[in-house]
Amino acid sequence: MKKVKVTITLRESVLDPQGQAVSGAIERLGFGGVKNVRIGKLIELDVEDHVTELEIKEMCEKLLANTVIEDYRYEVEEGVVQ
Amino acid sequence: MFHAIKEGIGQEVEYVWHAEKSLEGFDAIMIPGGFSYGDYLRTGAIARFSNIMPAIMEAAKAGKPILGVCNGFQILLEAGLLPGAMRRNQHLSFICRPEVLKVVNTNTMFSSAFEEGETITIPIAHGEGNYYCDEKTLEELKKENRIVFEYETNPNGSISDIAGITNKEGNVLGMMPHPERAADSLLGNTDGLKLFQSILKHWSDTHANVTA
Repeated sequence: MKKVKVTITLRESVLDPQGQAVSGAIERLGFGGVKNVRIGKLIELDVEDHVTELEIKEMCEKLLANTVIEDYRYEVEEGVVQ
Repeated sequence: MFHAIKEGIGQEVEYVWHAEKSLEGFDAIMIPGGFSYGDYLRTGAIARFSNIMPAIMEAAKAGKPILGVCNGFQILLEAGLLPGAMRRNQHLSFICRPEVLKVVNTNTMFSSAFEEGETITIPIAHGEGNYYCDEKTLEELKKENRIVFEYETNPNGSISDIAGITNKEGNVLGMMPHPERAADSLLGNTDGLKLFQSILKHWSDTHANVTA
């Protein structure tokens, strides 16, 4: 088995209202220097070894991310799940 | 939605469960609001793969009127029947209140009973109605007259004040406001009724030869 970690974020060109709200809160807490906050999702999949990269990409594009407004990237960790 | 059709315009209407596979015999499809699959992952993202969806795609292709309201609109976007995507409302809150809409295109099968430029009041109830599309798509929507309803005062950050759009062919309408919640005088507002009357009129016009 392997673990696939899919990270989904709003595209740079798309305004992120949640990120803006959090950015404002960070500033109000007194932390300086945070210029931009983008909120995304982390999806972890435990998949059997025969699942191909192509299938993972398809899962991302068909379901996990909406590529009209979101970007995705993933990393595969081999042999981490028993 | 059911009652807007049944009592509002006095037509036969039936619920179809999402696990069904056929829409045979139906002249129009209404996808109502709600929070299918709890809005998990994204609004409409999981419902878009329901068993019934291929039949909806087929009906869309056949030119039947398809109306998606609220979550129904979100499902149509995820399914690619309409362009663009939905974001969280600009100020992040769930908004539930009547909104004034401008009818900007009366030349559709969903809006012919309205007057051009008419303002109507229709309730909204959503947390993710902040419509987004890229500039090229927006230009297309405008050029092809596919924006049917605009908010008079933008409640959610929606691009170009968009409240409802159609597909290129004009037989699929998605809108965030709920016309079915403004279709009974008991509820104090019948502005939404004209939308359903428009669909009915379109059906009568296109089936005139058959019924005459």
